[in-house]
Amino acid sequence: MSSSLQAFLAMGGYAAYVWPAYAVFLLVLLGDTLVPTLRRRRIVRELRARLVRQAARQDAAHAAPVAESGAAAAPSRSR
Amino acid sequence: MTRWIPLWLHRLSSPPTFYRFAGVVWPWAMGLALVAGAIGLYGGLVLAPPDYQQGDAYRVIFIHVPSAWMSMFIYAVMAVASFVAVVWRIKLAEVVAMQSAPIGAAFTFITLVSGSLWGKPMWGTWWTWDARLTSELVLLFLYLGVIGLYHAFEDRRQGARAAGFLAIIGIINVPIVHFSVNWWNTLHQGSTINFFGSSKIAADMLWPLLVMTLATKLYYVASLCRRARVDLLALEGNKAWVQEVVAPEVTP
Repeated sequence: MSSSLQAFLAMGGYAAYVWPAYAVFLLVLLGDTLVPTLRRRRIVRELRARLVRQAARQDAAHAAPVAESGAAAAPSRSR
Repeated sequence: MTRWIPLWLHRLSSPPTFYRFAGVVWPWAMGLALVAGAIGLYGGLVLAPPDYQQGDAYRVIFIHVPSAWMSMFIYAVMAVASFVAVVWRIKLAEVVAMQSAPIGAAFTFITLVSGSLWGKPMWGTWWTWDARLTSELVLLFLYLGVIGLYHAFEDRRQGARAAGFLAIIGIINVPIVHFSVNWWNTLHQGSTINFFGSSKIAADMLWPLLVMTLATKLYYVASLCRRARVDLLALEGNKAWVQEVVAPEVTP
């Protein structure tokens, strides 16, 4: 390790105060950017599942009269 | 000119329009924040000379002061957005107010921790109950109170309204934080930067500080855009525009 880099890392003897301060700054802001990333992933997954359920329900409602007799179709739609 | 600004604002306050607008803005804001942050940190940590009194310990200033400004700036944005939300019940204003709170709390936390790490070698103590430090701690509690109150309600919009009132009342603390070093005898030093007079800082220390200030501002814009977008998806989950946004992400 070169002496100039060592001198830089030593921060004139204040390394124990300067570097933790910068670490907190970077880690807290990194955490702040991760929150919406993770939340978006969860919400999109939930909304997708809801869309799939809705599509399945609509399919079932439309498919019922074809698959069964006309009389049996009515109760299946109300579900 | 004066006619189309309210019209443009009105359009922008519609959730799908803002969702798209914020989607364009945030990558630019984040990219510029990273560039400015890198330049500012290089200028502050490498190029700027050591302080004649504090040696290299003063370098905490390059994150401490921008974070402290952001803690107050974001509070002001949150309070104004809350006021708009409470008076006109604009959904986007609620979103901006409530999504600003965690970012403001993050910057307030950074301010307190970096200040503590700066105070130990310079003042000989991690913490003292002086006016500046105490009012900044109160600011953190106000942010946490707003976040807590918002989540305490089953109905999100009712929660935003209650938390909005707290945010508006708490704005009193912002000038107290700012002027505390003038109004009381504090251990904390007075303002280094004066926008309406000469600053008490050398130019090669000043420019990294200003660049870091710009970086934190841009970061706030980016983070707020991202948080607001996700929140709008959650709030408007039943609307057609959200289903259009989510639909391409549905695997066929």
